[in-house]
This record gives sequence, C-alpha cells and structure tokens, in this order.
Amino acid sequence: MEAAMGLMRRMPPRHSETALSALLSLLPQHSSDLLSQVDLPLQVLCDVDNGKEFILCEYNRDADSYRSPWSNKYHPPLEDGPYPSSELRKLEIEANDIFAIYRDQYYEGGISSVYMWEDDNEGFVACFLIKKDGSKTGHGRRGCLEEGAWDAIHVIEVGPEEEGTTRYCLTSTVMLSLTTDDESSGSFSLSGSLRRQMNMKLSVADGHLCNMGKMIEEMEGKLRNSLDQVYFGKTREMVCTLRPPAEVAQMRLPDS
Amino acid sequence: MISIFVFSLFPSLSCFTNQKAFTDHYLLLHISLSLSFSSAFLLFLVPNKSKRFRFFPLKFALQRARKIGMAEEETELSEEQRKEIAKWFLLNAPAGEIQYVAKDLKSVLNDDDVYNEAVSEAFPVYNKSHMICLEMPGRFGDVLVTSYGELQDNEYLDPKTAQVAIVDHVKQVCTEVRPATDEELPSPYIEEYRCALDIEMSKYVGEAYPKGFCSVYCTNGKDVEGPGSDFELVVVISAARLSPQNFCNGSWRSIWNIEFKDDIQILELKGKLQVGAHYFEEGNVQLDARHECKDSTLFQSPDDSAVSIATIIRHHETEYLASLEVAFNMSGLFQMLEFSRVLY
Repeated sequence: MEAAMGLMRRMPPRHSETALSALLSLLPQHSSDLLSQVDLPLQVLCDVDNGKEFILCEYNRDADSYRSPWSNKYHPPLEDGPYPSSELRKLEIEANDIFAIYRDQYYEGGISSVYMWEDDNEGFVACFLIKKDGSKTGHGRRGCLEEGAWDAIHVIEVGPEEEGTTRYCLTSTVMLSLTTDDESSGSFSLSGSLRRQMNMKLSVADGHLCNMGKMIEEMEGKLRNSLDQVYFGKTREMVCTLRPPAEVAQMRLPDS
Repeated sequence: MISIFVFSLFPSLSCFTNQKAFTDHYLLLHISLSLSFSSAFLLFLVPNKSKRFRFFPLKFALQRARKIGMAEEETELSEEQRKEIAKWFLLNAPAGEIQYVAKDLKSVLNDDDVYNEAVSEAFPVYNKSHMICLEMPGRFGDVLVTSYGELQDNEYLDPKTAQVAIVDHVKQVCTEVRPATDEELPSPYIEEYRCALDIEMSKYVGEAYPKGFCSVYCTNGKDVEGPGSDFELVVVISAARLSPQNFCNGSWRSIWNIEFKDDIQILELKGKLQVGAHYFEEGNVQLDARHECKDSTLFQSPDDSAVSIATIIRHHETEYLASLEVAFNMSGLFQMLEFSRVLY
C-alpha cells in the first residue's frame, strides 16, 4: 500500500485518474484504502430538485449514486443508501449554507459542498469541498487559451467532547491545474496537489462550525502560500538551475 | 428526545443576512449552534436505534470493495494486461525516477515474471526518450542513449569519440565499449560537418547548461561522399538536475533536426524543446512544458555552418527560457487565487 502511494506521488498529476484505476485493478484488496487516500480532481452533478450543483466524492457516494447536500437525495435514486442522522443533517445544512458564503467571498464563484457522517468514535467527520474552474475564454492578458482548476478537499475528524473541549484533526488537499497552449510559446502544463494536516483542541463554546471554519480559513491561507512557493518557486528554480538565464551563464553554478 | 427536537429548531431560525466573513458569522450564531451540538452529542452518547449509521463510511467503502471484488472474480487481469499496466507506470516516471517507480511497482505487482518482462520492455523506451547520459568505462567520457545513435538494441554510438557503448538498460549503466566500425560511422565529408557542429554545440552547452550533454548524429545521408546531395544531422541536448534529497528533479531535452539542402543551399532547422520538473515533498507537483520552433540559414562551409547553427539554437533556447519566465508570472493564476477581501 505504501508502494502504491509512492507510485501515485510520481505519476504525472494529469494522469492521476488512469493511475488510480490501474492501481485498483492491480490491488483490488486495497481498493477502500486507495479510494479514500487518493484524491482526484472533483466532479460535479446537478441536483434535479433545485438545479444546484454539488460536488462528488467518496464521502457522499454509495455504489454509483451520490447524495446531494441540498436535497439529501441520492442521484441516481437509491432505495437503501446511508444517510446522516437528522441532527447531523441539520448541522450539514448549516455548514453548506455558511460554507457557500465563505466560498463566494474568497473565490467569487465556484461550487462548494459539505458532507457529514457519524464515525465509530462517538464523534463525527465533516468533509468540506470546493471546486473552482478558473478557465478563461480568451480574455487572458496574452490572449491565449488558459485553463485553470482549483479543487480543495478538507476533511475534519471531530472527536468526542471532553471537558468542554474537542479535538479536531484537519487533513487538507488542494489540487491545482494550469494549462496554456499558445502559438508562440508552445504548451505549458503545471499541475499537482499538496496535502497538509492540522490538529487542534478547541473549546466547544463557540460551536463546531465556528471552530472548523477557523481551521479551514487558516489552512487555506497556508496552502495558498505554499502553492506560491512550490508551484512557482520550486519549479521555476529548477528550470533556472537546468539552464540559467543568460546573465548568470558566465558563472558556473556549484554542483549540488 | 423532545428536547432534541426543540433545540434543532434553533438553526432554522437563523437568517443569513450577514455578509461578513466565515468566522464573524459563527460568533453570531454560536448560541443556537452550540445548543444543537449538545443535543447532537446527547444522541451520540445515548444508545439508540439509529446506530446503523455509525459505520457510515466503512459501510459504503466495503460495499464498493465488494463490488470490485466481484468484478475481479469475473474478469481477472491477464498477465499480458498486468504487464501493460506495469509498463505504463514505468514509462510515465518523471526524469531520473524510473528506478524508484520500478521498486514500488515490484512490490505492488508481487509477481517477478510479469515485473521482469515489463521492466525489460519499458526501460529501453524510457532511456531513449529521456536521452539518459551514461559514463563509458575507459575514460572515453559520456554517451547519450538516444534512438538516433542506436545501432542495435543495446548498442549506442558516441559520435564524438567514435566508440560504441554496450548498455544494460535496466541497470542504466554502460557495461563495455568498443570502437565503431567504418560502416557505422559517416563518410569523411559528412564527418567534417558533424564534427564542426559538435565542437560548436559542446561550447554552447558547456556555457549554457551546468549539467548538460550534447551529441550530434547523422540521421540521413551518412554515406554522402561530397557536395551534390542532401543530408541531415540532428543535435541532441540533454540536461538533468536530480535532487531526490530535496524532493525535486528536473530535466531539459532539446532535439534539433537540421536538413542540409544542397540544391537550394539552405539549412532548415526544426527544434523541439521539452522541460520537466517534479516536486514531491508533501504532494506531487509536475511541470511539463513543450515548444517547437523553426528557422533556416545558408548552407556554408562546415565551420561557418556550425557557428550559424549554434547561434540560431542559442537564440531560440534563450527566448524560450524567457517565455517560460513569463508563464510562471501568469496573471491568470493570481486572479484565480486572489482572495479578494482578506490579505495574508
């Protein structure tokens, strides 16, 4: 299983779906682990009841149907799918509405969904998802075709309440993909994902959604900075190391 | 239980009129929310009939796994299919990482026969496509493994030293070296052009690429004796920066095809540049950038042609590097990432 995750870390991110299918067929006995640990770019379905879109992931899925957070129904319909308890469902509805506001403020568009379910340890798990498609239709500064997609998955495991505090464990994954295809400069594709974790013990006085919201806000800020450093910083550094720009060509770089 | 119903009414009373950021919103609602939470916790602590939802994620994960398992029994993968999958993984390994991919693959496949077959088929293709650079024993320097220099499955010509390297693809080493025969080398006329270009290119690559290697091969017309016929040379530049301890690897590959058109006394150049980078600390980020370009110049003496060609190549590659800088500064990404109201 470790070897499988190692392979996923090396395969080109734009082929991650193919890589995952390949691993699932080679390691069927590990399929539940693989499906829950490997993140793929998020897909979206439209809720037939109210026309709103919702995000698909393993956490709202049963067999081949997905549960919409807006209507709490499975698409395509399922007789016997699992549902969160009614209390949790109320919380889930709150979370969806509030998260939609957050998403609109920070991303000015995009789609968000929140799914919750009880877990074995008397706590619950909440999954916050955001999908934003940043592709332009020819309005880019250089007038070239640009495609961009941001997918964020935040899974928070909420522990049981202990003396007024609760432990929250947040695992966040952000997947970013940027492609340009241009007459003069050829094709440029930069894509990939970063994953971070954060653990906090917070008082329940402010309520779960407030705590979870704070954690996610902080985490997204950190991830945005990492993306700047990693996506652009490291890859640009690598290109300049391979072939330094003309000004530094005179100096020989030391061997690493 | 009645209290739970009462408490659960509170969230529905809240109105989302407040347009402030996430955290502010919660402070206003926290009273109603904390009440519904405490009721939710009561639910967890008190055993009840709805326990079947406790195993929520596990239940559907098992269902899915069972479905896949059933599918597996119906259509077990053939050895051939497993081999093809294994090859796919190997061929898609980033520069300098095929050995790591092979190690993980061996563990995943758990079948040495399929593994060995896949490896013996995939490694040569990978090595040639990445134009790996191997050291030749006997102080002959390095040889590039490319399809242009391939004489046989594991024999590669190094035109600079007129030696043929025998290569073990899977171990990625050069095991022995032998001199090239006359049939394997171009004619003296062609060799003049090839050698002059090789010298100029080596100068350029030595200056521009800290860890780059280049080779010049004749891909067409190697037996041309004198003026009056067309021929083709190819310049191959391969540079790799491997830093696995920093979780970062990268490669630059250039292939320049040069057609020497004797009748119109013109040289036509076609370049293909490919840059790749992979960063994998706490994630997996990869760059894949490609570019094609064309140019032409006059057909001159070997030395003058070589200087002309090297100048053109240097110009295009420098320009491409500059356009990559622009791509990295793309405003598009920052607009997308722009968090409008909060500054970090």
